[in-house]
Amino acid sequence: MTSDLKASAAALPIAVRTRSLLADKRTRPLVLLGLVLVVFSVVRVATGANELTSAGTLEAALALSIPLGLAGLGGLWAERAGVVNIGLEGMMIMGTWGAGWAGSTYGPWQGLAAGVAFGAIGGLMHAVATVTFGVDHIVSGVAINLLGLGITQFLAVQVLHNPTQSGEIPSMGTFTVPLLPGWFASIGAHHWFAVSDLANVLFAIVDKPAYFTVMAVALLPISYFVLWRTAFGLRLRACGEAPYAAETLGVNVYKYKYLAVIASGALAGFGGAFLAIWSGFYHDGQTQGYGFIGLAAMIFGNWRPAGLAVGAGLFGYTNGLQLRSPPAVHALLLVLVIALAAYSAWLLYRRRWTSGGISAVCTLLVLWWFLKTHELEQHIVSATPYVTTLLVLALASQRLRPPAADGIPYRRGQGK
Amino acid sequence: MKSLSTFSVRRVGLALAAPVLALAFAVVVTSAILIGTGHAPLDAFGWMWAYGTAPDSIVLTINLAVGYYLAAVAVAIGFRMNLFNIGVDGQYRLAALVAAGVAGAIHLAPILSVAITVVVAMGVGALWAAIAGYLKVKRGVSEVISTIMLNYIANAVIGYLLVPGKLAVNVTGSEGVGTKVIPASGQVPGLAIIGGAQTKVYGLVVLAILVGGGYWFLLSRTRFGFDLRATGRSETAAVASGVNVKRMVIISLLLSGGIAGLIGIPNLLGESYSYSQNFPAGIGFTGISVALLGRNHPLGIAFGALLWAFLDNARQILDLHQVSKEVVTIMQATAVLSVVVAYELVRRYSISRQQRDVAQTLEAREVTV
Repeated sequence: MTSDLKASAAALPIAVRTRSLLADKRTRPLVLLGLVLVVFSVVRVATGANELTSAGTLEAALALSIPLGLAGLGGLWAERAGVVNIGLEGMMIMGTWGAGWAGSTYGPWQGLAAGVAFGAIGGLMHAVATVTFGVDHIVSGVAINLLGLGITQFLAVQVLHNPTQSGEIPSMGTFTVPLLPGWFASIGAHHWFAVSDLANVLFAIVDKPAYFTVMAVALLPISYFVLWRTAFGLRLRACGEAPYAAETLGVNVYKYKYLAVIASGALAGFGGAFLAIWSGFYHDGQTQGYGFIGLAAMIFGNWRPAGLAVGAGLFGYTNGLQLRSPPAVHALLLVLVIALAAYSAWLLYRRRWTSGGISAVCTLLVLWWFLKTHELEQHIVSATPYVTTLLVLALASQRLRPPAADGIPYRRGQGK
Repeated sequence: MKSLSTFSVRRVGLALAAPVLALAFAVVVTSAILIGTGHAPLDAFGWMWAYGTAPDSIVLTINLAVGYYLAAVAVAIGFRMNLFNIGVDGQYRLAALVAAGVAGAIHLAPILSVAITVVVAMGVGALWAAIAGYLKVKRGVSEVISTIMLNYIANAVIGYLLVPGKLAVNVTGSEGVGTKVIPASGQVPGLAIIGGAQTKVYGLVVLAILVGGGYWFLLSRTRFGFDLRATGRSETAAVASGVNVKRMVIISLLLSGGIAGLIGIPNLLGESYSYSQNFPAGIGFTGISVALLGRNHPLGIAFGALLWAFLDNARQILDLHQVSKEVVTIMQATAVLSVVVAYELVRRYSISRQQRDVAQTLEAREVTV
């Protein structure tokens, strides 16, 4: 079967094949997004769980995705330059504290700046350890996480005189998009199939966005542009793929790695600052492991900005849903049934009888679970985002390709 | 002959140089912070030493260190193979919960009961780690990510099981819930080995010593240990010599998870006798730091665990003297970071030193020829 396909594909002229692949690549995400929308609409109509795509759920999803996306972007910058950054969590913690302290003392913009700066300091420490001293990247990251926690707890006692939280950070303000939110809201209220769901998605995006939300979202295309469309980005990625080759071309690998890791810390710090300013104050344990999950989102996204945005969105959505409307999580089971059924059908079509059979049995089991219960136990609901991330990674990991020299210590002039 | 002995003296010196340098650096950083915030470092260290070396504090330190040691060994087994098991935390808490449930329900002869509890704990820890192993080997999911997710999922599973009617009962005299109290036959009596102390050392300190000995034997005296270290040093070389890396990944994660399952047991059978929301959490993460500090070596880890437990304990006194005890967390983190930097510097130094030695020896030989 596959060999037939390969043979016929090889027979095609190369130009045609390339073009069709390109077309495929460009349209594929849109087709997939459309499919997801239809599946969710079907499930929403079938179960009556309107919260599945309600504006409230989606707004929560967006707000919860952003800190993850920023942490993921931080991971992207560092790992594209070949430095694994598991210290994102610590840098985020420093960002939350910086924003809490400067935000409650001077104002939200100063808070954001301080959060970014604190994160960047964390990045600098990671860069000194991994780039200058060639320490194992994961080891250094673990130490940075510990250090970030220790420093912020210490500073909280010394500066804020309160070990657990800061004073209030004033709101940064939002701006109003004309007309659109009203239109989308009225369409969303009709609960029309697919149309209302799409309108709710758009409403969540344009409804009084905060300035720093827009900035955070904008960092995604900016990162893409800088890393993939500029000479600077090409050199930076070269340091992550083949540092010794980059060295022979006159690239100062140390410099690029330093810049990338500091940027990584700054982005994680932004994510932390977002959390603090969004909640209106800093508190101990505010990051809840978002740095780690952001890293997972980036791996899920195959070390690409768009992919990590999808990963962050997926986690943010399931997290938002379980926080806003736990009963609707039950309806997610039906989404899982549809996804599993499609996967089994594909496996059986490819004549992989064993895996297809196992997958089909799983489909039936989940379907039985869905039909047998009316709501899920609260603790199972709270695990939804993590289980989803794990499941999706289990299905997608084999196609992933990290930068070739990711995590390998580099020393100038030591290439073989 | 003479050159050989001086060489080994130098090797020992080099091995000790790194941790000593790192600890000195951590002390310097902490002192600078203390001075910066208007405290005298010598006073603070003096208070900590006096408080930490009181007999009851020593017992507390040893008891804390038992958990840290087991956690660090669990992490170190993975580290030796370039596997990073961040999931030790979830593994041990889930294992302690299930083991507590089982131990609370059985009434058997004392030794049998304890043995069953230990086996159950190891089994649960190993199973939870096996999920990460399966995902890594079969689905290519990095164990770093999967074990982090599994920690959160373990929280949910514990929450799900720790309700009355499943594994928990209402605890009389408090609002919380916990597993049924383990009967006397399932408990392990403490050892009064520290003179002058009111409290006793956990009886299962023996377990930690056995695990440490087993870890040393496995790594340095068995074929499996050799393969494990070889895979960690160079996977391609290991594959070339016939090591089945996937199998090694599964086995070492099972071992790591099994040891992780033991972390909560000395406390469970020696002090708390029940798993409740108050059961110590976060030891798995401490284990990572301790393993780094002890350089994955059974004795190094023991030293690291005792030091870490001592600092955790002794810092409590600082609050009484209006010094914020969080400064000790900074000290611990600095020690971990600087110890790895110091090892790297010492490694580079010893490599260049060896190269120089070889060059000198060769030169000397040429001259004599």
